[in-house]
Amino acid sequence: MPLELADAIALPEGPEREYLWTLNFGPQHPATHTTLRLILTLEGETVVKAVPDIGYLHSGFEKLGEHLDYNQYVTIVDRKNYISPVANEIAWFAAVEKLMGIELTPRCKYLRVIFNELMRIHDHLLCCGAAALDLGGFTAFLYAFNQKEKIYDICERAAGQRFHPSYLRVGGLLADVDDTWINMVRAFIRDFPKAWNDIVRLLNRNRIFIERTKDIGVLSKEDAINLSCTGPIARASGVVRDLRKDEPYLAYRDFDFKVVCAREGDCYARYLVRMEEMLESCKIIHQAIENLPSGPVNVDANSKVTMPNQLSVYRSIEGLIHHFELIMSNRQWHTPVDEVYAAIESPNGELGYYVIADGSGVAYRTRTRPPSFIHFAIFPYLIVGHQVSDVVAVLGSLNIIAAELDR
Amino acid sequence: MTHEEILVKLRQKFGEVFTTSEFRDNRRIIVPAEHIYAVLEFLKEQCGFDMLAELGGADYLQYPNAQDRYGVWYVLVNTTTGIRLIVKTFANDPEPTLPSVFPLWKGADWMEREVYDMYGVIFDGHPDLRRILMPDEFTAFPLRKDYPMRGRGERHNFPVITRPES
Repeated sequence: MPLELADAIALPEGPEREYLWTLNFGPQHPATHTTLRLILTLEGETVVKAVPDIGYLHSGFEKLGEHLDYNQYVTIVDRKNYISPVANEIAWFAAVEKLMGIELTPRCKYLRVIFNELMRIHDHLLCCGAAALDLGGFTAFLYAFNQKEKIYDICERAAGQRFHPSYLRVGGLLADVDDTWINMVRAFIRDFPKAWNDIVRLLNRNRIFIERTKDIGVLSKEDAINLSCTGPIARASGVVRDLRKDEPYLAYRDFDFKVVCAREGDCYARYLVRMEEMLESCKIIHQAIENLPSGPVNVDANSKVTMPNQLSVYRSIEGLIHHFELIMSNRQWHTPVDEVYAAIESPNGELGYYVIADGSGVAYRTRTRPPSFIHFAIFPYLIVGHQVSDVVAVLGSLNIIAAELDR
Repeated sequence: MTHEEILVKLRQKFGEVFTTSEFRDNRRIIVPAEHIYAVLEFLKEQCGFDMLAELGGADYLQYPNAQDRYGVWYVLVNTTTGIRLIVKTFANDPEPTLPSVFPLWKGADWMEREVYDMYGVIFDGHPDLRRILMPDEFTAFPLRKDYPMRGRGERHNFPVITRPES
């Protein structure tokens, strides 16, 4: 966007205008973490107006979704919010499976819950660590990244890939997990509270951190609802809403956990809510891994939605036909000619997919409801009246992932 | 308030202007464009739908048995009771226009801009309807079904400035 265009949007007229100056923040700036741009209008050091300019990472993911089949699209979904890739996959397949009317096996549900919560910890670690880094606390960032690395190892063990696991499939998973994986998750939730404590002791009562975040970027409860905020940002403002409790999906009904909320709605409250949520996620993972049901992870192959196993493809004519039917692009799934919206509580908030199907194996339209996009829209409301140094504090507390923002 | 009670209230107020449909757990009402603002305002003020969870659009050009070209949906949430309702409406060429719901929910701001950017649906009354993801000088609407996936050469036909010209 040209700078003149940003200047034209509702600036004060008259002599005050003489004192204002424009600062271009981004698209490449260490504190934006990803590629986004802000055009700030300043009076001295106070931000009078902020105009976000996005689209630098727009890659047409939704258009690609209209040309890839329901399983192939998982690789694209991974690359939206790459800080919590499996949570994106869970949201995508929640919509696809709702469309096709597939009921998952208990083991698959539990494994998806474990992955969803691991991703929540993963995302919050990055968000809290990076928020501290932007405000000068490098150590907390390294503590967080140390733990993040272990979650990458867990993903690698299950899916063979660290960053973009592409682990889910229609009606199940790429592969079942093994005992080593279960022990890795057990070791992670055993050691994690200690690392969590290290971060808390560094930041929670740190005077610099508190003064940079308390009463900064305050979002009231009414505004949070009116501006469509969800997830930790809405909960930090007092909106008691968590899809895991309100619209229980997968196996969340089975677990005992709390929804963490705060009243203040400032950057510090958002930080605290995220920190507490990590411990609640640990509780869920603990319950899920100790009660992991046995049995298959995929739904019955006779339902014609999942791949048959390799042996039956090689050794029986039915298996071969079944495999062929799913793989050939003119056969594939038979979907109803209808549309469906499904949403999950991703680490960042409500992550939904609106899928329109025309009966073929490829979606007619795949609309993402991206939490980062909706949360970045509130940034101009939060920052007005604060100092230019608070820009990074507010930006860090919103946890904007530009790949999801621009898609 | 359940879905049925809401539908009864809507019928009392608006009569037969809308139709309903249901698929899995999605409850939808389909409203013609000229009544959409009034219906949404009524749902917000009288039925407690205080949050617009999602607003998106689609192009039904090649969809089986489609009557209208552009569809826009509003997923409303009542944050007290947690129930959802999907409101759908349609717009058509040559000038697809719908009223903006920005006065009702400020969260609609960017979501309407995105639908405009991708489909060219104009939201009447939006305070700042500009392109959001595509560059300002882009002329087409990329998510329309008649726009090819690989584009129309926008990525390849950049003017090339040679060393002597610069």
